[in-house]
Amino acid sequence: MALLEIENLHTYYGNIHALKGISLEVEKGEVVCLIGSNGAGKSTTLKTVSGLIRPRQGTIRFEGEEVIFLPAHEIARGGVVHVPEGRRCFAQLSVEENLELGAYSRNDKAAIREDLAHVYELFPRLKERRKQYSGTLSGGEQQMLAMGRGLMARPRVLLLDEPSMGLAPVLVDQIFEVIKTLHDEGTTILLVEQNAHMALQVADRGYVIQTGEIVLSDDAKALQHNEMIQRVYLGLA
Amino acid sequence: MTLTERLRRLDVTTVIMWIIGGLLLFFIVLGSIQSILKGTYTPAQWFDFFVFGISQGSIYALIALGYTMVYGILKMINFAHGEVFMMGALTTYFLADEMNRRGVFDDKGALGPTLLSTLFGLIVLFAVAIFISMTVAVLLERVAYRPLRGAPRLVPLITAIGASFFLQYTARGLYGSNNRSYPNVDLLKGTVTFGQFSIQVVQIVVAVTAIAMMIGLYLFVQRTKTGKAILAVAEDKQAAALMGIDVDRTIVITFALGGAMAGVAAILYAIMFRQAHFFMGFIPGIKAFTAAVLGGIGNIPGAMLGGLFLGIFESLGPTLFLDGLGINSPNQLKDVIAFTMLVLILIFRPTGIIGERLSEKKA
Repeated sequence: MALLEIENLHTYYGNIHALKGISLEVEKGEVVCLIGSNGAGKSTTLKTVSGLIRPRQGTIRFEGEEVIFLPAHEIARGGVVHVPEGRRCFAQLSVEENLELGAYSRNDKAAIREDLAHVYELFPRLKERRKQYSGTLSGGEQQMLAMGRGLMARPRVLLLDEPSMGLAPVLVDQIFEVIKTLHDEGTTILLVEQNAHMALQVADRGYVIQTGEIVLSDDAKALQHNEMIQRVYLGLA
Repeated sequence: MTLTERLRRLDVTTVIMWIIGGLLLFFIVLGSIQSILKGTYTPAQWFDFFVFGISQGSIYALIALGYTMVYGILKMINFAHGEVFMMGALTTYFLADEMNRRGVFDDKGALGPTLLSTLFGLIVLFAVAIFISMTVAVLLERVAYRPLRGAPRLVPLITAIGASFFLQYTARGLYGSNNRSYPNVDLLKGTVTFGQFSIQVVQIVVAVTAIAMMIGLYLFVQRTKTGKAILAVAEDKQAAALMGIDVDRTIVITFALGGAMAGVAAILYAIMFRQAHFFMGFIPGIKAFTAAVLGGIGNIPGAMLGGLFLGIFESLGPTLFLDGLGINSPNQLKDVIAFTMLVLILIFRPTGIIGERLSEKKA
């Protein structure tokens, strides 16, 4: 039984049929990426999993339990932690307060302090800025903060939505370095990316989504050598 | 940009607005100078106006906190908040009256006017008023506003006005339309004098209690986990839910806190003005709303500052600005002054005194 199982998910925005029967699985300890172009339904998939949007049909099982009717905050408390697109840090709170809010549903003070230290270790930049309002951070720093905030919840599965979006290449490398580290530490990650090249390098497996449907799924290595992927997503001839 | 370019870019409305603003400022300064030179009022009297302004302003500030917190979290003006205040004051009156008849507040009763019995009486009154105002505020959210979350912003606004009338006439139906006079608390009757200045004890009690409550609320919001959850929900509800924060519960807590502040304000108002009736929430409610806008709506320290500022302005303003201009009984114009200020703030500084940070974020 996979940790996270999504079956035949149909999500609508009004009358627009955004997800047309998505099915995917994430095993414990795996990094799975979901690649696709703009508007293919990547973010919608994550939002449906984390409960921000209600699907019309389908099932989402986490550790074998149906979570589809739970409100978003209960899904988050269950360990499905969504780091949303566009970072969405709380601009009027300091870096450290943002991180503390990440651990909102936890009460184990000592462990929270350990995790805070761990996040600062992964992102030394955040430690330098910990008293600063997060609204004053650069885009890259905000991405680090959003990921750090997600990690503070001790995720059983981490949903990362476009962590590389709008970042300078150096920062993209840094972010993916961290994703690799998290993978090595055993964190389960479902990664949504437009940057297929980077995503396939860190992932174990990948799914390709086009206009709301999964069109391909395979090992990341195999996808990297797939001709269609090379042509459409990797920009290789 | 050179000066001539700037001048060319000015449009007629802006110029007219600045002229009006300039004229007002001119008359304010002129009136103030003449009032002071005329010397109708002694420094001690000016001081009285000022102190009265602070205590009245601190009551406005407490009510304003309810407006500003609800606005911060729902982007909605809860126009029924004045009635939350009224419900606290009017309902608690009956308890206060009963306690008074048993001599809790004076020397007729068996207990005597001891500090202990007065203190006990007041604490019970505060507790009851807080409980009632809180309950009304929470019910209001549950019944009138929650079903409309996600509706266009005009819809909850109209509902709020409807809820305001509903509460007013419910209070009239329950308690009648008489003006109830709150008991006179013996120990709050005196004045404290130093030199030629004197302050009424009741004014000190009102200001100190209100300011202590405000500091407490500020610390609660800034320091506690629940407080930070309120700030997070105010900023981004979806992101807050992703942190595991129960958004609905946080909104209820916000209404409850606003209601509690209104409950405290209700008793402070009652011991200061010693009256309660079903319509009493309207004017303080609108004034508190003005105070919240003045400080920058959505901003907690702004509401406190705005309330104090409005109170002082309203208390000193009529005499200071108008008396010197030869206007008779200027005190009847204090509401004119308060609402003129609201209009001016909306024209010249819509973000309020310290509302800048918030408006930048939302832009």
